[in-house]
Amino acid sequence: MLWRYVLRRIGAMIPVLLGTTFLIFLAVYALPGDPVQAIAGPGQPIPPAVAAAIRAKYHLDDPLIVQYLQYMRRLVTGDFGTDLNGRSVGDLIAASWPVTMKLALTAWVGGGLIGVVLGTLSGIRSGGVVDTGTLAVTTVLLGVPYFVIAYVVKVLFAVKWGLLPPSGVSDGWPLSYVLPGGVLAVFLVPEIARLTRASVMDNLRSDFVDTAVAKGLDRRTVVVRHVLRTSLVPVVSVLGYSLGYLLSGSVLIEGIFNMPGLGFAIFQGIAQHNGATVVGIGTLMILVFLLLNLLVDLLYGVLDPRIRLA
Amino acid sequence: MPDAPESRRPEAIEIAGGGPSSLADPAGLLPTVQGAAVELPDTVLAETTVLAQTSEAPSPARPGRRRLVLLRRPRVLVPLVLVLLICVIALAPGLFAGWFGHGDPRVCDLIKSGASPEAGHPFGFDIQGCDLYANVVYGTRASLLIALLVTGAALVLSVVLGALAGYYRGWVDAVISRLMDVFFGFPALVGMIILLNTITARNVVTVSAVLALFSWPPLTRIARASVLSTSSLEYVTAAKEMGASTLRILIRHVVPNSMGPLAAVLSLTVGGIITAEAGLTFLGVGLKAPTISWGVQLNIAQRYFTTELHLLIFPSLFLSVTVLAWVLLGDALRDYLDPRAKG
Repeated sequence: MLWRYVLRRIGAMIPVLLGTTFLIFLAVYALPGDPVQAIAGPGQPIPPAVAAAIRAKYHLDDPLIVQYLQYMRRLVTGDFGTDLNGRSVGDLIAASWPVTMKLALTAWVGGGLIGVVLGTLSGIRSGGVVDTGTLAVTTVLLGVPYFVIAYVVKVLFAVKWGLLPPSGVSDGWPLSYVLPGGVLAVFLVPEIARLTRASVMDNLRSDFVDTAVAKGLDRRTVVVRHVLRTSLVPVVSVLGYSLGYLLSGSVLIEGIFNMPGLGFAIFQGIAQHNGATVVGIGTLMILVFLLLNLLVDLLYGVLDPRIRLA
Repeated sequence: MPDAPESRRPEAIEIAGGGPSSLADPAGLLPTVQGAAVELPDTVLAETTVLAQTSEAPSPARPGRRRLVLLRRPRVLVPLVLVLLICVIALAPGLFAGWFGHGDPRVCDLIKSGASPEAGHPFGFDIQGCDLYANVVYGTRASLLIALLVTGAALVLSVVLGALAGYYRGWVDAVISRLMDVFFGFPALVGMIILLNTITARNVVTVSAVLALFSWPPLTRIARASVLSTSSLEYVTAAKEMGASTLRILIRHVVPNSMGPLAAVLSLTVGGIITAEAGLTFLGVGLKAPTISWGVQLNIAQRYFTTELHLLIFPSLFLSVTVLAWVLLGDALRDYLDPRAKG
């Protein structure tokens, strides 16, 4: 009963979604720092009447739980609320969403492909040149922090050789997205390559490969048709989960590369105590994350007929 | 016929084989990892030498011996030595900082601001004109201290919560598991940035607390799974039948025998925390300026990266080697101690 499974999963999402949004809400609203003061600018005097009017307009004096419930009620209708500058958070999300999506997808597709190809080549010839090289490179990538890598590629590709723009998105896709996407993919490639390698090596030893070889199939067909398809099942699941991580990881990359995406917006929202922005974008990220995980679990059944969802 | 790749698997089986499975007897494993941070290097080296003199294949039935065998594997020994060296640097940075005659990180000369390496100053000078080498050496302390504090706190939390969830199951498990889901569904870095941004007194303790808040869920998930499988084993049932109290069963039987899978992940966690702390500080929401730390140095260096590249390179180098040492150690330990966790 596929649709019942989907319904149950969506039902299980609701407490998670409520819990996470409430946590963000709590972090943004309950901790010190006055949003009214943040609008005025630090240290600026605010007439009490103005402050009171702003507090009333944004319901800042209501108990936190009331604010939260009101916010969630509006969210169900697709209304992300208004930030303290009077701008609709929905508009802000619509404006910055494409940048983040392009960045994350570039890293996801590029990194996923590189990881699967390297992992497969390493797996079918373990101990060979590709295997050793991949192992060495991925190990180093696992250790070197992403922001160090970001600056190294910036210095090399943008400053020294002048091949690609160092920051911003004014050159559009793909030019402006190659460097940040590449750095973001560093989160992905080692994991995918290692997983694919282990999975391919496991499957090469299995009985159905012996059967395929005994039938007289050539090596390429055995690898592509039999080994790869089975080996990719765990890889697809990790790939699916990692798209969510890449979306939130892009928060950091956008800061370093000055890209006006969701991460940039959430950073500004935090600095200005713009609760609606932070909660809105945070909620959206979590929702996408949960839906992606569900999608991955459904894909599982398509790729590997042995798995039955119940 | 595809060549059947043998890979690293036989080694792993060799370790797990002979005696009980690595899960059933990990009581000896944790001291290796925990001890790594505190044991002096000569103690470990002495153990290694003693071991080298004994027979080639010590009986796998003796857990103590089997644990020491790990030290003879270069994949464990090399990162372990590096990790110990880093710990010594963090404990006594003065021993290393003065190698080139300018060991005080606070002695600065603004005329030398951002100057390149010269005699006696192999890494050059930072923006305040201080010796960069001394500063990078002293920076080890903050990174390592935070990483160990956070990992320790996360370990305690995860063992307690994992034991509760895995042993009692039912609603206790449901509550803890949903709480973990919340943290897993939460972009942790965004959460840490939001929290740290609201804290004005950002020092080693507050930064560690925020990092710890987001570090326990992965460890707890492993602990819970491990406790789940351990608590259905015969000796736990036997202990129950003999009338042992729940607390005693947990402390004496379940927890010690569930620690195996955690041991290796701890080392990976330390590496991850070092990166996370440096990253947060680099973004400007972690430690602050008079504190000497790699993150602070990199945060300043990013403003000058087009002209004073050495400011970025040397702290990055130390940071990367440190993280790499912990990650490699964790990787090797995981492969040898917990073969099922591979792939």
